[in-house]
Order: sequence, then C-alpha cells, then structure tokens
Amino acid sequence: MEILMAFVIGILFMTATYLMLSKSLLRIIVGTGLLSHGAHLLILTMGGLKRGAAPILGGNAENYTDPLPQALILTAIVISFGVTAFFLVLAYRTYQELGTDNVEEMRGTEKDD
Amino acid sequence: MRKTNNLILETAIKVLLFFIVLYSVYIFTAGHYYPGGGFIGGLMTAGAIVLLLITYDIKTVEELLPVNYRILTAIGLLFAIGTSAGSLLFNVPFLTHAFGDVHLPLLGELSLHTATLFDLGVYFVVVGVTMTIIQTIGEDE
Amino acid sequence: MSSLHLAILAPLVLSIFIPLFYRIFRHIHAGWFVLPIPIVLFVYFLTFLPETMRGRSLIEMINWIPSLGIKFTAKVDGLGLLFALLITGIGALVVLYSIYYLAKNKEKLNHFYVYLLLFMGAMLGVVLSDNLIVMYGFWELTSFSSFLLIGYWYERDKSRYGAQKSMLITVFGGLAMLGGIILLYIMTGTFSVTELISQANAIFNNALFDPALVCILLGAFTKSAQFPFYIWLPDAMEAPTPVSAYLHSATMVKAGIYLVARFTPVFGEHFLWFLLVTSVGILTLVWGSIFAVKQTDLKAILAFSTVSQLGLIMSLLGAGAAALHYEFLDENIYTVAVTAAIFHLVNHATFKGSLFMAAGIIDHETGTRDIRKLGGLMHFMPITFTTSIIGAFSMAGLPPFNGFLSKEMFFTAMVHVTEMDLFNLNTWGILFPVLAWIASIFTFVYSMILVFKTFTGKYQPDKLDKKPHEAPMGLLISPVILVSLVIIFGFFPNLLSDSLISPAMASILPSLLEAGEEFMVHISFWHGPNIELFMTLGVIILGIILFKTHAKWKKIYKAVPEKLALNRFYDFLIEGMQSVPYKVTNTYMNGSIRSYLVYIFTFFIVILAATLIGKNAFTFDTSNVSSIGVYEVALAILVVLASICILFAKSRMTSIILLGAVGYTVSLFYVLFRAPDLALTQLVIETISVALFLVCFYHLPKLRRFETRMRFRFTNALISVGVGVMVTLIALSAHSNKLFDSISQYYVENTYTEAAGKNMVNVILVDFRGFDTLFEITVLAIASLGIYSMIKLRLNRRKEE
Repeated sequence: MEILMAFVIGILFMTATYLMLSKSLLRIIVGTGLLSHGAHLLILTMGGLKRGAAPILGGNAENYTDPLPQALILTAIVISFGVTAFFLVLAYRTYQELGTDNVEEMRGTEKDD
Repeated sequence: MRKTNNLILETAIKVLLFFIVLYSVYIFTAGHYYPGGGFIGGLMTAGAIVLLLITYDIKTVEELLPVNYRILTAIGLLFAIGTSAGSLLFNVPFLTHAFGDVHLPLLGELSLHTATLFDLGVYFVVVGVTMTIIQTIGEDE
Repeated sequence: MSSLHLAILAPLVLSIFIPLFYRIFRHIHAGWFVLPIPIVLFVYFLTFLPETMRGRSLIEMINWIPSLGIKFTAKVDGLGLLFALLITGIGALVVLYSIYYLAKNKEKLNHFYVYLLLFMGAMLGVVLSDNLIVMYGFWELTSFSSFLLIGYWYERDKSRYGAQKSMLITVFGGLAMLGGIILLYIMTGTFSVTELISQANAIFNNALFDPALVCILLGAFTKSAQFPFYIWLPDAMEAPTPVSAYLHSATMVKAGIYLVARFTPVFGEHFLWFLLVTSVGILTLVWGSIFAVKQTDLKAILAFSTVSQLGLIMSLLGAGAAALHYEFLDENIYTVAVTAAIFHLVNHATFKGSLFMAAGIIDHETGTRDIRKLGGLMHFMPITFTTSIIGAFSMAGLPPFNGFLSKEMFFTAMVHVTEMDLFNLNTWGILFPVLAWIASIFTFVYSMILVFKTFTGKYQPDKLDKKPHEAPMGLLISPVILVSLVIIFGFFPNLLSDSLISPAMASILPSLLEAGEEFMVHISFWHGPNIELFMTLGVIILGIILFKTHAKWKKIYKAVPEKLALNRFYDFLIEGMQSVPYKVTNTYMNGSIRSYLVYIFTFFIVILAATLIGKNAFTFDTSNVSSIGVYEVALAILVVLASICILFAKSRMTSIILLGAVGYTVSLFYVLFRAPDLALTQLVIETISVALFLVCFYHLPKLRRFETRMRFRFTNALISVGVGVMVTLIALSAHSNKLFDSISQYYVENTYTEAAGKNMVNVILVDFRGFDTLFEITVLAIASLGIYSMIKLRLNRRKEE
C-alpha cells in the first residue's frame, strides 16, 4: 500500500507543480490545493499505514496507528484552508485592481514603479 | 448572494441546522475521548452557518445571528492564551493542563479538563475565522 | 543587582523618562532634567577613589546567560574608574553646555537627550564590564547611539553621510573585535578579562593568538579613529558641537584607547602588539597633524587634531607595553610611556573639550566656523578668546599648561624607545622620536592657526552672518571649568598622579607589581637641560617660523598627499556594495512569480537528487508494506484521474469540482488509514472550501488558457515530472528506511495517564503539542484579518473618495 501511495503522492505533486507554473491565477490556487493534499498524504505514508487501530484508547487494541502524523496533518488541513482562502481573495482583489489574472502581465520590479 | 426561492431547502434547513449544530457541539465536547475536538466541531458549526447562508441571504443570516465573528476570533484566542498562561499562576510551565473528576448529583461522575477550555478557544477561533472569511467575501460587491 | 549595576544602567533606564518630562514641562529646557544624572554618577564614582588608590578593585556580578558563561560582571579598577569619571564628569559639563547651545523651541530635545543618555550608559558599560560579551554589547550600543547623535540633524545630507560612515566603520571594527573575543574564548574558555589576564602566558604561543590580537586591535583602531580608519571622524563633525565635544574629545574615541589599555596585560608582550600599536599610533599622529594644518573649518581642524592626539596616546600605550618585558619595577624607564598615556588622556579631554566648546561658541555667535571669514574676534569675545588660547597652548605643548607636561613625557618615552634592546629597536627605533618631533611641530602650527586666525588679524564683519558678541554666561561655564583644570593640572600634576594615574597604571601593567606595591608617579616641570627640553625648544622655534610663513606653504600642504584619497576609496566601496549586488540581483529577480517557482522547484529537484545519489540514500524495501485492498486501489485511481483531469479542465467550475473530488477521496483515504479525526476534518473543510470557491467565483474571471509556447509548456512539464519523481523516491525511501523508532509509543502510553484523554490526536493537539495549536489558530486569525482588511479597507477608502 505504501508503494502505491508513493506513486499517488508523486502524481499529486506533479500535477500540482504543473498547475502552479501556469499563468492563470486560479490554476495556481488549485495547484496549491493539490500540493497540500499531496503533502498530507506524504506525511501520513511516512509514518506507516494501517499499523493498528485508530489512535483512540479503550478499544483493547494491541497496536495503534501513529497519532503524531495525524495531529500534524490536522493542523495542516486547517491552515491550508486559511491559506487557500487568503490566496483566493488576493487573487480576485488583484484581478479587480489590475484587470488581469495573468501573472506574467503582473510582473514588475521596484525600479519599474 | 441573490435571494432564491427554494422552499424545500428552507424548510429542511430549519430542522437540519438544529441537528448539525447539536452534533457539532457533541463532537467538540467528545473530542478528548472520541474523534472530534475544537477544529472539527468549529468547522462543523461554521459549515452549518454556511448552509444557512446558502439558503437565505447574508442580510437575513446577519439578523438571525448578530455575531461579530472577528470578536469571536479574538475571544477564542484569549481563551487559548488565557488557559495556557493560567498555568503560570500555579508555578508550572506555560500550557500545562490540569484535570480532575467532579461528582455531580444526579448526573454522576464528570471529568473536567482545562484542556477543554483551550479547545473551546480553538473552537471559537475556527468558527470566527471561517465565518469572517466567508462573510467578508460574500458582502463584497 | 548591586548599586554599581544600577549606576551603569541608570542612564539607559532614565532615558525613558526624558520624552515624558519633555512633553509635560514644555517651558523648561529638557537638559535640566538630564543634568543631575551625570553629576550624581560622577559623585558616586568618586566614592570608589579611596578603594582603587589602595590598589583594590570592586567586582559585582549578576548571572545573565549562565549556560554560556556570560555574566554581567561589573568591575571598578583604576583604569575603569578613570574612564567612568571622565565619562560622567565631561558628560555633566557637556549637558550643561548643551542647555545653552540647543534652543529649546527649535530642537527636538527629547530625541537628543535620549541618545545622549543611551550613549553615556553604553560608555559606562564598556569601561566597567569585566565580561567581554557584555562589553561587546555596550560597545555596539555606543556605535548605535553615536550614529543617532551624529545624525541628529538628519535632514542634512552631510549629517546622514557622516553618521552612516561612522556607523559602518565602527561596527565593522566591533564585529572584528567580537571575532577576537571568540578566539580568546576558544583559547581560554572564559569571557572574563580578569581570568584572561591570569591565563595570558599560557596562550602566548597559541596559533590563534595572533589573529585574536589583530581582531581586537581592529576594534580599537576603528573606534579610536586610527589610520586608515580615521576617515569617519572628520565627517562626524556634522553633529551638534556638544556631541562633538563629548564623543570626539572625551569618550567614544577613547573607547579604543581603553580597549588597548585593557588588553595590554594579555597581548602586551607580543612583538606584533608593540609594532602595530606603536607604529599605527605614530603614523596617525603625523598624518592627522599634517591634515589638521590644511583645514579651514574650526571643527575640521579639531577633528584632525583629535585623530592625531589619539595616535599619540595609542603610540604611548604601545611603547609602554614594552615595559612588560622587564620583570622589575625600579628603574623601569618604559613605564613612563604608560604614565604619559594616561596623563595625556586626561589632559586631552580637558583641553580638547574646551576647544570644541569654544568652536561651538564661535559658530553660535558668528554663524560660521570658517577661519577664512573669521578674524579679530578677540575684542568681541574676550572670555572665549582666553579659554581658547589656554586650550590651544596646552595642545601645542607650551608651559605652564598640562599639555606641556604630557608632551615632555611623550618625548621621553619616544627617546627611550631607541634604547630598547628588543626587536632591533636600536636600529630603526630612531624613527619614533623623529616622527614624534615632526608631528609636534605641526601640532604647534595648527594650534596657533586655531587661535590666531580666529581671534587676531583683520575683523571682517561683511563676511559674517551675525554681529559677534560674547556668549551668554551659561555657554561659558563649561569651557571655563575645563580650562581651569588645564591650568590646575599644569601647575599641580601630582593631584592626578596618586589618585588616578597610578591605579590606572596598575590595571595596565599588573605583572610588574608585587603584592601591595604601587606605581610611584611623580610629574615635575623641570628635569634640567635634557634632550626633551631641546626638542620642545625646536618645536617652538620651527613652529613659529612655519606659522608665520603659513601662507607660503599652503600650496605644498595641498599638494602633499592626494587629497582625501582614503575617503574616495570609502565612497567607492560603499557605492560598489550597493550597485553591484543590485545589478546581480536584478539579473535573476525578474519580477515573475513563475521564474521564482521555477528556481524553487529546480533547486528542490537538484538538492534532493544530489543527496539521494551522493549519500546513496535511496532504499527500496517491500518487506514491511501493508496490504492493498480493492477500495484503496479504486480510490488511488480516482485521485490520479481527477488530478490529471484538472490539468485539462476548460472551465473553472470543472477545476473546482475536480479539486473537490480529490479532497473527498483523500478524506476517504483517511478513513481507510484509521484516521477518523482527519477524515471528519477533511470532509467538512472540503464542503466549506467549495462554498468558499463559489462565493469567490462571483469576483473571479473565467478560467482562461493563456497562449503558451511549446517551450514554456515543455519546461513546466519537465519540472513537474521531476518534482513528482523526486517526491515518489523520497516517499519510498522514507518508508523503507526507518532509522529509529517512532515516538508514537510515548503517546500511546501517556495519553491517558498524563492528560486523562483517550483520543490521542486530540490530546496531542491541545496538550502535548499545544504550542503548535496555539500558533496555528493565531495564524488563522491573522489570515482572516488579512482577508478582512484586503476587502473592507478598500471599501472605506472608496467611500472617502
């Protein structure tokens, strides 16, 4: 299962990277969403999959899955939601102010101002 | 969001909302022993309000729930930091939690945790943040 | 926290209240609130005199960072006390002077006095700290506060330039000194000066000894404006005159002198120390005195004269270190150099302080400091003239003033250098008295220029902005006190010899003293017709000739060394430091997000690939994998398909739905992988995210595929495939290669006993790793506030318009 997941994660990262390198702001945001999914699964896979019962005591289980990656991912999920929301607002505010969602047209360095 | 006329949703939501919120509160309180906790509970409550927003419009919901979500966020942070810093009063490191069992008449044993207060802070922050985001974007014309 | 620590920190702490007083009592000059601080401190430090005169020192200690051996150790010994008295004593006079110099309505006095007090506290910290790290902290604080003081009139270009220059040069030296301190720590394992001195012999032959020595000297030379670092001092004259009088006569520039004196017991016996300190000092002395003659601005003359005088003290300390080579006290003729150094240090503070103040008065009352415009002021400003002439004569080394005595001793010390049987000095050592003598002639000349070009000669009222008149009493008090000291120390030099000079010498040359012994210092006017006296006579005669014929030499002075070549080098360096990195940075920072992402991802691929190959880290182990079920394969195919479809999605709605599909599938994965909390969270988040995207759609443009070249797409594809491959390899290696056991067992065992919970994930979140959660919700709150302000603040602005 871990090996299968490694490839799934790889593909998630690949598509995420491709989307992030494109010129459209919305595609970049979708890309970051995919990237965080990939990262979460990567953390979980690194800790080992299906090594025991869910990490809740009291079920008389002999083994539990590793709770630490789950705790880390839980925070990461909520954070990535916040970041996605921030990106989205940034994107549409940029669009409203600049009239474009093509990042190549937004480029500019300090000296251009 | 524009006003839509969706009678089925409007009727259903009145019942559903109650259950969703109730369930989210249950999930939040059960968090220490079963799946759940501040994050999930908060998100679920926020989800319920979002559902309300989809059904009605922003104005109606604001009249229904006159909550300033930014202040709710601040209250949540205050809870979390206050609980963490409270341990300093007892001369133990920041964020040390205490727990104990209390016997209540009729209800039986109740386990009380300061960690729950911390989690309540998380709950408020999550509700506050999610709703601030959605509401602000929704109000933007 | 002892009273000594309080005394050191008092100026720093009390400076907080100055702006407050300034606001409340607008009609009272803020200086009056400041004035008691140095006075009280001066009196307080005077109480230590009896102790240090008996050869004892007082040490008070507070632990600061005990794990690193850093303690705030305050130590009062002869040397430290001498400087502390100078800092507070001159400080009090300067504050008094500034009250009349800076107008209370026009100047930002609250700023000025805060900076001044910061500086005073920092200087006290430097001279009274025994711990080198603490001393370094105060040392840099003097750099910062002098930066603020020099740039006090920050609206002037020259002030900013001067402030920046002094800051860059002294901080550079400070960093070099920090390096030296760390080298010393590596050798000895202590930051305490006292302990360093006791271990000095042990580290003498250490390979790090020479680098440490050079680093410490760099700190001293930059601070004390020695050649070639002196260039910041003349530009620092843009500061208000009270600041110049304080920083550049008595305190900051003497910090380097202090450092050299303090480290003499550690490094003094080394030839390199003697060579560097003495020759850099004597070179600075000559160089500064020649440059001073060329100047036309009163303060510029004083600036170069300060540079030159500092060189003099420096060379004396260098020559005095030679005394350490002789393990006896009687008849040790080289100690006279150290005596002269300390004596001249005090004298220089008195006469240079008064001269700076006089220059300030002239500037204040006539509106100019240019000696070409000034002249004949003697009748208008008799008191200023008197103070100036006394100060200048003392500087020139004329009897009966204190400068004469120390200059005589300086000659004595330099003549003795030729007699040393060390380092072949009996051959090339003759350079020292010769150079000293030449420099003294120029010193004489610029001292005369300073007084006589200003106060005698033709009065030129048409060139002056104001009609000159004598300064108010308040401005005159401080310089008059200083010149009275010049005279008193001139007639009764032995007032200082037992109280200050001998204890300070004991700190500089401790190894020469047996227990209970002390240096017998006796300074007298008349030594009989010896070589020093003839040298002084020569200086006076040649000096008068040169001064009288000054006009004829002007061209030669201008022609001598290429004018301000060092300054040009400095400017070139600063310019280059800004323009070159600017150009280099602009070549790759092209403002396109995509380029930056390409850098990041390429670096990611390269560094991971290099590590995997270089460390042979890739492992592939199938022995410990978990089973694959039908559901999982189905979910995996779903995720892969959905994510690849996003790449080809034509509309934004399709992309969002596909992204949602990936999210929901991932949450199902969590279910299968026994992570109920994650599954729940992901499910709800996904729902809310879809709602979020929906509300944002109203504002966002339609998804457009921009025209792209094949090459563009090919690069993107290449990079993304690279990233995907690398991540897969990492995931495989991470799974196959477990270096140590997971710490999860800890949570399994302790969740119930320590936190009385059963849901380990939640307990980790709120208890074991509560800090993470605390910061996470803070970040969330910040993100939401960011969103709120991005949207709402703009609306408000529009409404206003």
